[in-house]
Amino acid sequence: MKTIKTCVTALISALLVFSPVAYADKWSDQFPHIKATGDIPGDCSYESMSKKNYKGKTLKINTHAVPVMGEPTALHAEQFAKLTGAKVDVTHTPAGDLYAKAMVPFQAGQAPYDIVFGFSNFINDWRRYLEPVPKKYVEMKQMKDVTPSHIGVASWDGVMYQFPVDGDRHYLKYRKDVIDNPEYQKQYKEATGKELRVPQTWKEYGEMAAYFNNWDWDGDGEKEYGSAEVMKKDDLMYAAFYSRSAAYSKNPKTPGGFFFDLETMKPLINNPGFVEALTDWVEATKYVPPGGINFGLGDEIGSFGGGQTLFSFSWDDAFVAAMQPDSPINNKVGAAQLPGAMKVWNRKTNSWDEGFNQAPFFVWGWAVGVAKKSKEKEMAFDYLCFFANEANHQADIGIGRFGVNPFRNDDFKVDVWTQIGWDKDIAQSYVDTLAQMEQSKNRVFPLRVPGTFEFNAALATAAAKALAGQLSPQAALDEAAKQWEDILNRVGKDNVRKAYAVGVAMEDNKQ
Amino acid sequence: MNFKHKFVFLFPGLFVLIGILIFPIIFTIRLSLSGWNSYTPEMNFIGITNYIRLFTDDPRFWESFFRLSFLSVTTVILQYVIGFALAMMVWREIKFKRFFRVIFLVPMMTTPVIMTVIWRTFFHESLGPVNDLLGGFGVKPILWLSDPVIAKFTVIIVEVWQWTPFMFLLLLAGLLSLPKEPFLAAAIDGASPFRKFVYVTFPLMAPISIGAIIIRLIEASKIMDTVFVLTSGGPGTATETSSFYIYIKGLREFQMGYAATLSFTYLVIMIISLTIIAKVLTKLMIKE
Repeated sequence: MKTIKTCVTALISALLVFSPVAYADKWSDQFPHIKATGDIPGDCSYESMSKKNYKGKTLKINTHAVPVMGEPTALHAEQFAKLTGAKVDVTHTPAGDLYAKAMVPFQAGQAPYDIVFGFSNFINDWRRYLEPVPKKYVEMKQMKDVTPSHIGVASWDGVMYQFPVDGDRHYLKYRKDVIDNPEYQKQYKEATGKELRVPQTWKEYGEMAAYFNNWDWDGDGEKEYGSAEVMKKDDLMYAAFYSRSAAYSKNPKTPGGFFFDLETMKPLINNPGFVEALTDWVEATKYVPPGGINFGLGDEIGSFGGGQTLFSFSWDDAFVAAMQPDSPINNKVGAAQLPGAMKVWNRKTNSWDEGFNQAPFFVWGWAVGVAKKSKEKEMAFDYLCFFANEANHQADIGIGRFGVNPFRNDDFKVDVWTQIGWDKDIAQSYVDTLAQMEQSKNRVFPLRVPGTFEFNAALATAAAKALAGQLSPQAALDEAAKQWEDILNRVGKDNVRKAYAVGVAMEDNKQ
Repeated sequence: MNFKHKFVFLFPGLFVLIGILIFPIIFTIRLSLSGWNSYTPEMNFIGITNYIRLFTDDPRFWESFFRLSFLSVTTVILQYVIGFALAMMVWREIKFKRFFRVIFLVPMMTTPVIMTVIWRTFFHESLGPVNDLLGGFGVKPILWLSDPVIAKFTVIIVEVWQWTPFMFLLLLAGLLSLPKEPFLAAAIDGASPFRKFVYVTFPLMAPISIGAIIIRLIEASKIMDTVFVLTSGGPGTATETSSFYIYIKGLREFQMGYAATLSFTYLVIMIISLTIIAKVLTKLMIKE
């Protein structure tokens, strides 16, 4: 009997020690962040990292302010330090200063930070100062699951410079409880003669937003509004404008550039497609909440996530925030691709092509790289690999304020989202939206050329002038196009063309 | 004391002056003659190209400069008037004089950026308490931050609130140091409070008033944090000031060479204009 007891005890102990479930329990006890999944075996799992010894070494990281990306950076730094014995110093920097904070020491030949966080469209300016991601990480299992679009965003000419930790795109978020409400559908039909449905075009979006503007349609005693959008100059508003422009200007029949004509390098941003989008956007100032013209990304997330508007479009964060259990509109929202347009500008024929057109915008997302001059490259890549390991990633994408969004094929499975409390049909609409964008052959990628900041800032200033009524849409975009010509002359057309060709190849599905 | 001894005493101050003033100015001038930016990270020499661009092809800088002039002159005039009134009030023997003196200084002691964030929350058009309060009186929501004209006045309100105490402090110090005899003479002559102010207090306060106004003009001409936090220069470019524009060019767009050109030009303009303003004020306010 005693022998049997001993054998059973030994067997149970062995199971506990060697089974993955045992690892999950062991690590999630210490690190509650991953309690939903436990540790998931892999090259950069908790178990694997615990075998590394970086005692006596210091890792320095510059990341964004808390919470978006700053909070997960700090959390995973603390976990990494506990597991490996390393000391990890995390510096938090406002979004607008991330570029300069890394660029100044880069250009001075210094490396005050081993790891620098920024946006994926910094890649062309930063890549000469970043260490390419080593082959061993590129070939890891966790990297194989990253979607081709996001491998493309993190790479330049086939070399990966940014370690994928986030995936971003703009899409439409809407109040499902309103759009699917039969009473409102009837009311809308009577008032406008049109169907109330998920808007297929920007015009429909505008009509519905205008109808559901400035009255209490959810019965909470407060007025609600049509749409929350990022309209504040210098607060990523250029990305919102590109999202609104894609359907009117990204014509699948005219490959060879969305921002410039790759052949001539003539800026296209003042063509009738962009002007139409800006005209729509100026109209949108009538159906945003009071002060909506000054909304930055945080305001947009707070406004839609707080139940103030019918529509919103930007990154995933507002949607994930709206779906968290403490949100007033939990499980009342839906996701869909950005609206399209019933016409698209054809720059070859210089006329509109009639018919439905839709173009997903793979706007930049958070990106992170290791400084070429860092003395702790191995530890730095291990940290990034740990940051994005399967267990951390699954926990991170369910927390809206973290700003970590889907970029792996596994993220497009409904179960991932229903496990954290989402209704199945909402989860389905969400993953379908993301998957459709991945599969689209008419995508727009962010501008990633030398002087990106100058181009985007010039565009944002012009668009902001139009939104504020200082200039007409055409005059504003003519001004921006003129400035783009000046920037091209300063930077050199060939320099820009060479870099732009990389993005155009992705848009034209050649890469 | 011979010639060498003089230099021994002079050198420490000279080194500090060179280190913190002369070198940065010379470096800025040199940088302004280069095309240093994100894609040309070097101190190359491009002559006066940046200056030509500034004077022939950058209306935004000049617009921001004139906007700055309007904002700084308006805020400083308001600060002077309110600051003087408050200083006059607590200069007299009133109840709770010490309490008021401290209370009036509180805004200046707060951190500008944090206070601006609070003001931004107050003025938030749909969620802020100011419009809520006005709504109680039937007033429609005011577009404090998103109307190009009103946004300028919102910036002025915040600046005046934050910096009037500084003016108050300087003017109160001036009032407390005034000689008593002219006031006694005016009292014996039976001068009214208004005449006493116009013919005694104000002229006696002129030198310190000019000093206070110039100091505040210098500070106000650098207005950046309020604009940055409150409006980011918007809506459109309605509240963009020179320093904010230079910040955008230098640290957002990383056009270091061009930002140096803007900074140096701005410095020269400010030195000239403040010198002229000081001379004009002296002529207007101090009668021989």
